[in-house]
Amino acid sequence: MNSTDLWAILPILVLTGWTCVLLLLDLFIPQRHKAWTAVLAALGLIAAMVATILQAGQVRIGFNNMVVADGFAIFLNLLFLGSGVIAIMLAYDYLKRLGIERGEYYTLLLFSITGMLLMAVAADLIVVFLSLELLSIPLYVLAGFAPGRLTSEESALKYFLMGAFASGFVVYGVALVFGATGSTSFSTIVQAVGTASTNPTLLVIGAAFVLVGLGFKVAAVPFHMWTPDVYQGAPSSVTAFMSIGAKAAGFAALFRVFITALPELASDLTPIMWALAAATMILGNIVAIAQTNIKRLLAYSSIAHAGYILMALVPFGDPAVARDAVASALFYLMAYALTNFTAWAVVIALEQMDEKGLELEDYAGLGKKHPWLAVAMTVAMLSFTGIPPTLGLVGKFFLFRTAIAGGFVGLALIGVITSLVSAFYYLRVVVIMYMREGDPQVSRAPWLQIAAVATALATVVLSIVASPLLNWASRALLELF
Amino acid sequence: MNFVFHPLTLVTFFPLVGVLVLLFLKQEQKNAARWTALITSLITFGISIAVLLQFNPNNPDLQLVVNLPWIQVSTWTISYHMGVDGLSILLLLLTTFLTPISILSTWSAVEERVRDFMLFFLLLEIGMVGVFLAQDLFLFYVFWEFTLVPMYFLIGIWGGGRRIYAAIKFFLYTMAGSILMLLAILWLGVQQNSFSVPELIAKGGIPGNIQIWLFLAFAAAFAIKVPMWPLHSWLPDAHVEAPTAGSVILAGVLLKMGTYGFLRFNLPMFPQAAVQLAPWMAGLAVVGILYGAAVSYAQQDVKKLVAYSSVSHLGFVMLGLFALNPQGIQGGILQMINHGLSTGALFLIVGMIYERRHTRDLNAFGGLWKIMPVYGTLTLIVTLSSMGLPGLNGFIGEFTILLGAWGAGEATGPLGSYWFAGLAALGVILAAVYMLFMFQKMFLGPVDKDENRTLKDLNWREIATLLPLLVFIFWIGIYPKPFFTLMAPAVEKLVAVLQAAAVAIH
Repeated sequence: MNSTDLWAILPILVLTGWTCVLLLLDLFIPQRHKAWTAVLAALGLIAAMVATILQAGQVRIGFNNMVVADGFAIFLNLLFLGSGVIAIMLAYDYLKRLGIERGEYYTLLLFSITGMLLMAVAADLIVVFLSLELLSIPLYVLAGFAPGRLTSEESALKYFLMGAFASGFVVYGVALVFGATGSTSFSTIVQAVGTASTNPTLLVIGAAFVLVGLGFKVAAVPFHMWTPDVYQGAPSSVTAFMSIGAKAAGFAALFRVFITALPELASDLTPIMWALAAATMILGNIVAIAQTNIKRLLAYSSIAHAGYILMALVPFGDPAVARDAVASALFYLMAYALTNFTAWAVVIALEQMDEKGLELEDYAGLGKKHPWLAVAMTVAMLSFTGIPPTLGLVGKFFLFRTAIAGGFVGLALIGVITSLVSAFYYLRVVVIMYMREGDPQVSRAPWLQIAAVATALATVVLSIVASPLLNWASRALLELF
Repeated sequence: MNFVFHPLTLVTFFPLVGVLVLLFLKQEQKNAARWTALITSLITFGISIAVLLQFNPNNPDLQLVVNLPWIQVSTWTISYHMGVDGLSILLLLLTTFLTPISILSTWSAVEERVRDFMLFFLLLEIGMVGVFLAQDLFLFYVFWEFTLVPMYFLIGIWGGGRRIYAAIKFFLYTMAGSILMLLAILWLGVQQNSFSVPELIAKGGIPGNIQIWLFLAFAAAFAIKVPMWPLHSWLPDAHVEAPTAGSVILAGVLLKMGTYGFLRFNLPMFPQAAVQLAPWMAGLAVVGILYGAAVSYAQQDVKKLVAYSSVSHLGFVMLGLFALNPQGIQGGILQMINHGLSTGALFLIVGMIYERRHTRDLNAFGGLWKIMPVYGTLTLIVTLSSMGLPGLNGFIGEFTILLGAWGAGEATGPLGSYWFAGLAALGVILAAVYMLFMFQKMFLGPVDKDENRTLKDLNWREIATLLPLLVFIFWIGIYPKPFFTLMAPAVEKLVAVLQAAAVAIH
């Protein structure tokens, strides 16, 4: 172990250390001052952000090619850490209101983020598996954080069982890849592929299993079954974070594994990924139309958006497009994160005790009674649909461009048509907010309002001043071996 | 920062100033909101006049161009590329001209959430002006899609009984077309490595069969917007449910975005496809002319009647454009303006009577001329203009279009048949039938309904909203030369491109 190794995992070290300290500190913070735990957790995330920014400008490969802190990892780590900060903003008032405030919430959140940070730098299948578990286990607990509420318990159990199942797929896939190539390190695998000593059948099956396991994490069809129930049952603040962090981490692994380790498998896996992306876009968007509960609607919406991002993974073996593919996926993840947080902030503001206030009907009259929240929600819905002036449009533009540049015009066509379908259910939310009369009950917690309006504002402003974010995404290169 | 004070930036984004002021007003400050919107849109109109004064009508190219990189990524660039030429200058003026008139028409018609109404209206103006000025495909797409949002709210919040249905139908229908255009834009961006319209036209070189696909993808967006038969079914719903000012802008400007799209993108970027598909497009246009006229005649609701007459009138515009010769295209552009003026005025007129009687049923009226003489006279002029009476604007546009479509047989040969012009001329007669039918039902005959006896004639504000339109209705009808002068060189340039393509095919 030398200094480069430690530099490569600096944010992870910072966050792990801080979280362990926080776990102890929290014991001494009395129940009525749990705000301190929240603030300290946020400070830890900010410290880790500083550490991440310090890493910028240099690619560091550590622990014998097991971790790579490259531009790709830095982009995603800042996304994870920023999401963590917003997740804390959303959670604080919500937990108090629902009477489930406990200090462990924040430490669990931070541990999960540690797993995500590790996922972004993982360059070895074992590290991928390790970080998958590290990010998932705290989330299983968080999903069941509203004890006594049946849906929350169901959600935790379902998520845990499905997650364990997915992990099983990943582990088995890793074992097969190891059997085929004799290594779990991406740098060795990429060189071993195509040589005489490699068993191609075993390799393809192993890679497919890894794809399936990670497909569960990003909620790609047909591995999405758990998503609506888990998203609906978990406390909304957890769902908000899970739908962004866990999904982005899944994509981090997918992109790194397939682009850096297995680009040679393109001819075998591209059709499978094509089908996954198409099915995810189609099913997610069509089933969302039938939803009347906002949490389920956003769950299916998150499935649909996983489909759009998968579109960028399809040309993973084409070195001419791969760079744009990664950039467009990263950019879309950022756009999706901002938009999703806006939507969830509004959902959390409207949610009442005992899961009241979650039906679409409960949004009637929001436009008149609480114009700022309604405007924020409208921006989120437009951005999800891909209507200007929002980041969603720029993101889709970039993604579809990548698909067309990779020669997948048919996939792009499915993408635009399903976007049209999505307009139907996203607009329905807007219709109910502005065109129906009602008297919605809303939490006036300042952090929640700030989170909703700030992310909505960012969604609009960053679409007009899009160059910095786009350039950052397109410079966030994956380090190839 | 020079581009901020560029005339085209100012004319596009000046309404934002009004939007910002409106944000600081309270919902109850209705008059303040109205005046803010009116003054903002009048200043915007003033800026567009300044643009006109700087515009050189002898130059066929884009003028007052501002071209700056907006979104730059290693592999692609999107520019803030704006410009105006003979094809768009009149539409720019029409937009900035109709907006204050529409705002004035809402003075007493809109009483609820006035501030929000004005806010959406000014946002809509930004989108519309941007559509006519954008020279980068992505920028154009942004403005194009953006217009959906405020219009959706205008229909959905301030519309009639079935407003939600109409708003969603309007949104989804239009978006259905534009997503296909988005695909075509992306394909062009990848294959030709540019999103700049002038650059793409200059580059050319897209093989003929691919041109057809791209043409159709763009046409999907524009044909729905126009709307061309058989894609028109969103239009009557949107028009009937929209508030008066919304209908005026919808008919006056938003439909023109479709015809303008054909003019700006389909014809010059895919000239071979345009030449090959011209008979089909002209055929659909003629069907639209006759179908719109026939359906108009069958309506009992005045607003629906006017809405369907738009299908017929826009058919004329499309026929003119796809005659692909100077007369046809010039007539088409002029007819876009004419339709904006006449149909805009008709919707205002319908709105005025609806405010008084709260019905639009033709049978509820009769003999109105005796009770409201000023209203009757103004309506007669507009009606005559809409049906193309010589001496008024409609005649000039339709006559030029028919000349183009008729002469098309010899000039470039794409239409190759006199049937198009012949059947379209039948549409002129049908227009007289349904327009006069409407006028007779409403204004002539005895006053047999008691509710109509007490109706008040137009007040100064209502006359002030109609008068500017009438000035142009007469001006274009009597002396259209200045309008043709503005567009002629740009049209000649476009026709040259089309003729070269026609030669390349044969």
